[in-house]
Order: sequence, then C-alpha cells, then structure tokens
Amino acid sequence: RDSEQAEIELLSGWEKQKRTSSKSLKKALSEVKGLASYLVLWQNDIHSIEGKFGNGIQSYFSFLRFLVLLNFIIFILMFSFVTLPIIISKYGIFNSTIAYIPPKNIEGNCTIYEPSDNEGLVYFYTYLKDLFSGTGFLEVTSLFYGYYTVDAVWISITKYNLPLAYLLATFAYLTLSFVWIMKRSAKGFMQNLVHEADPFQSYCNKVFAGWDFCITDPSAAQLKHRSLRYELQVDLEEEKLRQKIAERTKEEKLRIYSLRIFINIIVIAILSGCFYSIYRVTAFSQENSSDTENANSQANLLVQYLPSMVITLANFIGPLIFSFLIRFEDYTPAFEIKLTLMRCVFVRLASIGVLLFTLWSQISGCGKDKCEPCGYNYKLYPCWESDVGQEMYKLMIFDFLVILAVPLFVDYPRRLLVTHYSCKLIQWFGLPEFQLSDNVLEIVYGQTICWIGTFFSPLLPAIATIKYFIIFYVKKAILIHACEPAPRPIRASGSTFFFLAVLLIGLVLAFIPLAVSIALIPSSKACGPFRNFNTSWEAIPDKIREYPTVTQQILFGLASEAFAVPLFVFICIVMFYFIALARAHKRVIEQLREQLVLEGQDKTFLIRKIAEAQK
Amino acid sequence: GAMGGSASLLPQDLLGEYQELTFLSRQEILLAYKRFSELLPKEERESACSARVPKSHILTLPELRANPFQHRICRVFSTSETGDDSMSFEDFLDMLSAFSDSATSDIKSHYAFRIFDFDEDGILDRKDLEQLVNCLTGQGEESRLSSEEMEQLIQNILEESDLDKDGTINLPEFQHVVSRSPDFASSFKIVL
Repeated sequence: RDSEQAEIELLSGWEKQKRTSSKSLKKALSEVKGLASYLVLWQNDIHSIEGKFGNGIQSYFSFLRFLVLLNFIIFILMFSFVTLPIIISKYGIFNSTIAYIPPKNIEGNCTIYEPSDNEGLVYFYTYLKDLFSGTGFLEVTSLFYGYYTVDAVWISITKYNLPLAYLLATFAYLTLSFVWIMKRSAKGFMQNLVHEADPFQSYCNKVFAGWDFCITDPSAAQLKHRSLRYELQVDLEEEKLRQKIAERTKEEKLRIYSLRIFINIIVIAILSGCFYSIYRVTAFSQENSSDTENANSQANLLVQYLPSMVITLANFIGPLIFSFLIRFEDYTPAFEIKLTLMRCVFVRLASIGVLLFTLWSQISGCGKDKCEPCGYNYKLYPCWESDVGQEMYKLMIFDFLVILAVPLFVDYPRRLLVTHYSCKLIQWFGLPEFQLSDNVLEIVYGQTICWIGTFFSPLLPAIATIKYFIIFYVKKAILIHACEPAPRPIRASGSTFFFLAVLLIGLVLAFIPLAVSIALIPSSKACGPFRNFNTSWEAIPDKIREYPTVTQQILFGLASEAFAVPLFVFICIVMFYFIALARAHKRVIEQLREQLVLEGQDKTFLIRKIAEAQK
Repeated sequence: GAMGGSASLLPQDLLGEYQELTFLSRQEILLAYKRFSELLPKEERESACSARVPKSHILTLPELRANPFQHRICRVFSTSETGDDSMSFEDFLDMLSAFSDSATSDIKSHYAFRIFDFDEDGILDRKDLEQLVNCLTGQGEESRLSSEEMEQLIQNILEESDLDKDGTINLPEFQHVVSRSPDFASSFKIVL
C-alpha cells in the first residue's frame, strides 16, 4: 500500500485523472464479470473437480462443457433456419404456405418414396425398434432429411428459399465450429510453440510450476506428490535412455529399424483388417435391412446395429493392440505415448470414413444400369440422405449407450470386486483408471459423428447436447466413486491443446464426406429440399443466376481458377512473411538472453568493486 | 443473509481501497473477509480488520491445509514484527491478491521466488532447490528421490535456468524461466 501511495504522489495531475478513470472502468468490468460468473454452466462442479483431481482432469470437463455449448448453438442455428420456417408454415402462422414445385425432366421412378409410417395396430415393440433404428415413425419426423421436401416457404409475401437456407446453415455451423475451436486453441498453440522452441525448459517447468496450488483435499495432495515424484523419476530415466540411444552401435540401429518397419506393417495389416470388416459388415447390414421380409423380425435390429458394434469393437481392441506392440519398438516413453495416441485417433476417425465410403459405394454402386435415370441406386435408396442420417443416428445412440454402460457394468463392479476380494486374479485386474486420452477420443468421435450427421438429420445436435450433458454427470460420478487417476500425470497446458487439436482433426475429417455428399453425389429426387437440383450444391449457383449480370460475373469469377491461383500465391507470401518474423523474434530472444547473462556478470563485478572500495 | 451481515462490518471506504490496491474483485474481498473472521474467536470478530490470526489457525484453511509450502507462504506474507508468522487481514488479502487469477505474472513470480527461497538469502542455491524438490515429492523417507536422482535433477534445473553459471538462481533468472513456463499461471493460483 505504501509503495502505491508513493507512486500516486509522483504522477502529474493529468495522469492521476487517467488513472482514476481506468480504475473505475476496471471496477465496472469486474462487476459485470462477477455477475456473468453466476451464469456459467457447472462452475462449481468444475471448481471442485479441480481441487480434488488437479488441472489435467479439470481441463477434460471444461472441454465437455465447451462441446455442450457448441452443440446447443449448432442446434439453435439449424432449428431456426431450417425447421422453424416449415413448422410456421404447417400451422399457417403469419399467413405462410409451403410451395411445392413439381420436379421437371425427371423420370417418374426416381420420385417414388414411401416411408413406411406405421398405421393401424402395431406392437409396442415396433415403436421401440423404430426409436432405436430411426425408421418407421421416426423417419417421417423433422429428425431426418426426408421431412424437408419443401422447395420454398411463402411467409406473407416474402419467399424464403429453404434449399439455400439449408445449405448455408450447414456451412455456417461448420465455420462457427472451426472459428470457435481456433479461438480456444490460439492461446494453447502459442504456448506450445514457445515450449517447443525451448525443449530444455521441461525440468524447470515441472519443479517451479509443478505444485497445483488449487488442491484442497489432503488425499488429492498425496496423489499429486506421488504423481510428481513419478513424473520426475520418469523424466530422469528418459534422459538416461536418450543418452543410451545416442550411443547405439550401427548393428543395433539396423536391428531396431527393421523391427520397427516390421511392426508398422503389422499395424497397417491390423488396420486394413478392421476397415475391411467394417466394409463387409456395413454392406451386409444395408442389404439385409432393406429386405422387407425381415423387417419385423427380432434379429433385424441387431443387423442394423452391426456396423456400430463392429466400429466400437475396433475402437476398443485397437488401442490395446497398439499399446502392446509399441513396447517392442523401443522408443522413449514420451514418444511412445504420442505414437499410440496418433494411431488410436486414426482408428477412431478413419472407421467413420470407411463406414461412409461403404454407404456411398452402396448408394451409387449399381449392379446393372440401375443408376441410369437418377444417378444413384433409387430402388434401394429412394431417399439416400435419410438413410445416411439414420446410420449416423444409430452410431450416436450406440455410442451413448456404450458410454453409459461401461461405467455401470464394468468400472463400478470392478471397483467393488477389487476392494472387497483379495483374490490374486482379481487384484491383477486392478482398480479402474480414468484414462484421459481414451475419454477424450470417445467424445471427439461422438462430435465428429454429430458434425457429419447434422446435414442429414438437422435435429441431431439436440441429441448430442443432451448426450454430452448426461455424460458430464456420469463421468463425474465414475471419477469420484470408482476410478483412480492414471499414474502418468497430464499437464494442463499440453492437454487443452491436444484436445482441441484432435477435435480440429475430427472437424476436417467431417468436412470431407460432407463436401463429397453435397457436391458430387446427386441429391435424391424423391425427397428433400434439393430434388430439383442435380446435386445439393447447385442451389447456390441457381440463386446466383437470379442476381444482375455484373454480380453474377463477379461471383462466378471468384470461383474460377483465375482468382484461386493468385489468392494461393498471396497466402503463401503472407505465410513466409510470418515465418521470417518468427525467426527474427527467436533471434532477438537469444540476444536478450545473452544480455541478461552480461547484466548478471556486470552486477557481480560492481558488487566486488564496492566491497573492495569499502575495505 | 450472512454476506450482507459481513458487508456491513467491513466499511465501504476500506472495501473500495482494498479493491484498488489488490487484484481482487468486490465479491472476493467480501468472501475473504468472511473466511478471515471465521478464523477469529467470537469476541474479536468485530475488529477483524485490525486483529492478527496466529499461524496455526491460518493453516486450518482448506486451501493451505494440503499445501507443502504452507509454512513458507505464512512466513512470506506475514508482516508480524514478532516473527511468529501471524497474519492480519491485510496480509491475508495480500496473499489472496498475489495468488488470484488477475495478478500479473511479474507479481506471481516475485512471490514464488520468495516462497521458494527457504534460507531467505535472496538467491536459490542448491540447498533451496533440494528442499523445494522434497516439498514437491512429499514428506516421508520413502517418497523422496534418491541422492543420485536429486543430483541429476538439480544439475538439469541449473543448466536450464542459471544463465550466468554461478551455481545459483537469482530473481531475474527465475522470472525469465518462469515466464517461459506454460503451467505457472494456472498452477500458482488459489481461489477461495
């Protein structure tokens, strides 16, 4: 306080004025912030998790909260621009009507689409089956693409172009997700870059910033002590290992490299096996479920869920095999973890890709010229977008069931068994651990499905929001009651960046199938807002043709090569500029460091001189 | 309720002054006042602003109870002339301000340096670093690093942070190392 008073007296009158005004502004801002903190979702829960389990696990729950908000906003976006106009016009509010433009130049066979809405007396079981597989009564609701067979909505005298709105809303939610993720990861990315630039800071970081001052629970403190000791010991061991690796002889290197190539071949073989089995199972499931004879049999539901089950099995077995194999490859422990993680991410996200690829080959693959009139297999898939939406819906439901079932039926009983029976076999299983990376991959997988599926099923984000909301409480309960945190500690800075990086990979991977569906595959002529266009993308050029010629030329020019190539060159130049700037900054940092050393030397020199002078 | 009650005990001008001099917001100061007065016996609660709380009571706070640096924190922030490490309300606010979210990294690194300087000679030498690492790994014989590991670790730390190679870390070197540390801001934080 005294130093602050002294400072204030030294300032001139004008500066005093600036200071008081900036202080009152700060006060006002802090008041607003205080109010806003009451509105933040789950603030208290996350705070208590941070106190008990530390920063790493808390960042997982913050990530969950972020996904809940993201999905909710995507849902609001799609609902208000796509579903709401139709609902308004169905009830005739604001004098609105739906316009159905009859399709022209399309062969009659392509436009036949009769979703089997259950009529008459049906078993209750059928409703349950329909709920889980998205067929029957669910197929005709606004959940799936087929409901939106509307060409325009007239609200009083204004025409609301629904196909265009549908397409633009899709691009909007993709862009929104991208921008939001980039904003969140900007901070972590910068720190990671700085960290990468100076890899020798790791010990200082662990020792000076190692203790989490937020921990309030004595048992959590014990855990933290243990994990800190473990981490320091592992790092020291790793350093010794690295020295050993640097001293390897030529023959040893040859042996290890050939071993690594061999194991990578095994990994690729396993991955191909997984993908091939997903392909076969999806093809089998699609063929059998369209066979109406089996439509009401018990096994039909099982057949429909076969792809989801196989994918979940692959996602479960894959990581186990990878963590077993990597032991033979003799990497440093840190690199081992990164490589296993990369392989697991690849398995999870690529399996969705394989599923979609199989679906497309089914949809556009015709045995003998069945595709001629419409461009896709109209006999089996009169409304193929609804089918893809149903597959995504099934994947999401199954994922949700698995996430609920595993803690309930595996983790919790395991904990009960291990704490109450001291039989050797059971003790070998050990307590369930909260594996951070596995959990993160799980929810990124779910989010990728949501991103892909929203185009085919506009209400899917609502299901995703509810799903993540429930998952938060389930994971929190399982963390508190059943799991032990993994012994390998996770640092907060690394983890947030890792989560967002994996999420970004998921987003890019979700974009590719969407781009293919929108731009390449002909849209179904029997249902959906795009039945008057060749592909879904055509709604945009169609709209542009309504504009005056000048605007048309500008917009078409933007999409041509004459514009794209110079733009690309310009972006490259900008990128090189920033890289050069970063390098210059690094050099300045080095120079400043050297200056710091010189200052220290100057200081000791002067102190010595003073001591001599005093004598 | 209770919040309103303690607000009437803490005069408004003092509240405003504290808001200006620390990094804490209004709610945080009021909450700190409430928690501080709970540490005092009933008779002294009226004059909480000028009372001193003995160290043993401060250490019962959950935020400090599990902290291996609890003694150092009390020592650094206490302005007691008798050296008994008791804290007044202003010391308490000082501490919370330095550990708050909005404190600058300069302030945090300055106080961190003082906390880690166990022998209070203004530099972090090998003995300080050894004590620091022992605090981190936990009390008790079996939770300490072996002397060989400790040597290797201290060697690595000094290699990374000791720029003038004099075998000790002074304040500018410490602040430089901590400014490059991505976890420091998020771990050097206490929120009531």
